Amino acid sequence: MSLVEVRAVSKVYQRDAVKVPVLDGLDVTIEQGEFLALMGPSGSGKTTLLNLLAGLDTPTSGTIHVAGEEMSRLKSKQLAAWRARHVGFIFQLYNLIPVLTALQNVELPLLLTPLNRKQRREHAATALRVVGLEERMHHYPRQLSGGQEQRVGIARAIVTDPTFILADEPTGDLDAKSAAEILELLTRLNREFHKTIVMVTHDPHAASQASRTLHLEKGALRGETVRDSVPAGGAS
Amino acid sequence: MTRGTLVIANLRRRLRRTILTVFGLATALFLFVTLRTFLHTLQTVGDVGSESRLVVSNKLGIVFPLPLAYRARLSGTDGVAAVSYASWFGGIYQDPSNFFANYAVDAESYLPMYTEMVVSPEHRQAFIADRAGALVGVRLMERFGWQVGQTVTLNGTIYPGEHRFNIRGVYEAGRKGFDQSSLIFHHRYLEELSRGQGGDGLTGWYVLTVSDPNRAPEIARTIDAAYENSSAPTRSQTEKAFNLAFVGMYGNIGFFLNAIGMAVVFSILMVAANTMAMSARERFAEIAVLKTLGFTDGDVLKLVIAEALVITGLGLAVGLGGAMIAFNLIEFDMGGFVPGLSVTPTIALTAAAITLVITVASGAVPAWQSARLRVIDALRYVA
Repeated sequence: MSLVEVRAVSKVYQRDAVKVPVLDGLDVTIEQGEFLALMGPSGSGKTTLLNLLAGLDTPTSGTIHVAGEEMSRLKSKQLAAWRARHVGFIFQLYNLIPVLTALQNVELPLLLTPLNRKQRREHAATALRVVGLEERMHHYPRQLSGGQEQRVGIARAIVTDPTFILADEPTGDLDAKSAAEILELLTRLNREFHKTIVMVTHDPHAASQASRTLHLEKGALRGETVRDSVPAGGAS
Repeated sequence: MTRGTLVIANLRRRLRRTILTVFGLATALFLFVTLRTFLHTLQTVGDVGSESRLVVSNKLGIVFPLPLAYRARLSGTDGVAAVSYASWFGGIYQDPSNFFANYAVDAESYLPMYTEMVVSPEHRQAFIADRAGALVGVRLMERFGWQVGQTVTLNGTIYPGEHRFNIRGVYEAGRKGFDQSSLIFHHRYLEELSRGQGGDGLTGWYVLTVSDPNRAPEIARTIDAAYENSSAPTRSQTEKAFNLAFVGMYGNIGFFLNAIGMAVVFSILMVAANTMAMSARERFAEIAVLKTLGFTDGDVLKLVIAEALVITGLGLAVGLGGAMIAFNLIEFDMGGFVPGLSVTPTIALTAAAITLVITVASGAVPAWQSARLRVIDALRYVA
């Protein structure tokens, strides 16, 4: 069975008296261990789809199954617990808590787990080691570069070992070099740690790192690119 | 890291604002506790007065004297066991701000009547033997660093001139709440000082001990009836009622103090609510991130309330703690103006209850807003 099954999903936003359709009867299947890129122009519905997959929003119609669980059946509190267990989210603007150190930021999702203080700290340190920031674990976000902040964001996303990682334009606010490092890191997480990744991007080069790219336009699927192998070394 | 770390880190985010808010709350709570303590002390001042002692003063008011000639007739009144008298002196020591009660008494009859004034036999004897001698409360001695044997000069306000008194003894309170900040001296010395100034043969008020406290109202009526048609009609009442009437000279002070207290509480509420609202609004994006990570609405609500609780709790600790140190430990008495100020458990609990209300009231709206926040909307707050 596929990890994610999106079936006939539509999303309509109500803006005052106007109904704005964003997704229109979308069908998407995502396999375990897949690195999927969502591309499309602004307003195509890719971020909305990502939010639906994260359980941050609910579809107007249709169903979404993740790991065999239908998300629309979950109440708000159950959905929060589900997110804590299954989703690692990477934001475009990193969204680290500025008053916490890198280590504390990564520990944050672990507060929702039964781990004790020492275990939480060890897990967070390991996640920072994976992203190559063990030397910076006691630095505050303001003391890190954009690329380093995003790596802390990635460490925070993987620290709970979630079912899948959702990344909303993770390189959108970075320079080319930092973007390349982040893409390389995501690719490594997918290949070495077999993490399922869904990444929204505007950048064709970033999308080329994924094993499959879905092209959305006006809330519908317009095309699909499947790659047998992805270029080594991430973005140039 | 724990959730507590997150709360503390958030409070440190704008440390100056947090400190100012805490001190604003502390100042307001200190003021509230002080007002309540002052009011409580005034309201309980009557408790210090005795039910078995009657105070006879001029019916026209306490500032009008009574003839000393009344003493013999009062002594002969049925049910009266002892009679003494006293007069307000109103002397100032060095500066008007050094206010304390000072009055003349007929020592031989006054001291046996006021068993609450505990004086050693040596000091009592030395005081009685010295015409210009004075007996001083222990708190007043401490306040000015006076020593027994020292001569102090008071500037007369009612009786002009500089008047010298020899401190011959110290008295302490024999029961809680009794004043320990007064200076008393011999009435016959006052009569000497005031000779020729229109005060000859007069006294401020009489104090009577009645043999049966249950008969006090009847005896008071008898005395007032006896002098009803004289040139100086009397008003007799128990010492307790007299003290309360004295407090009544301040006017409806209770109403004003309560009104000020409520205004203070309302001000605290506004300050705390504004701070909490600003603090939460600034962090909507971060709250959205927490929710994305899996924090529930309840988790977020608890975090915001916890922040409010820490701020108001610190304000309470500093404000109430400061008041308790000032009044219960150091026994600050407003320069002797209001002796016996003490923060009671009831006042402390009232302050704690108000703090709790402020916590809930100030934290409730931002906590509810944060809890109800839709993640996808809140992420738009990202700068």
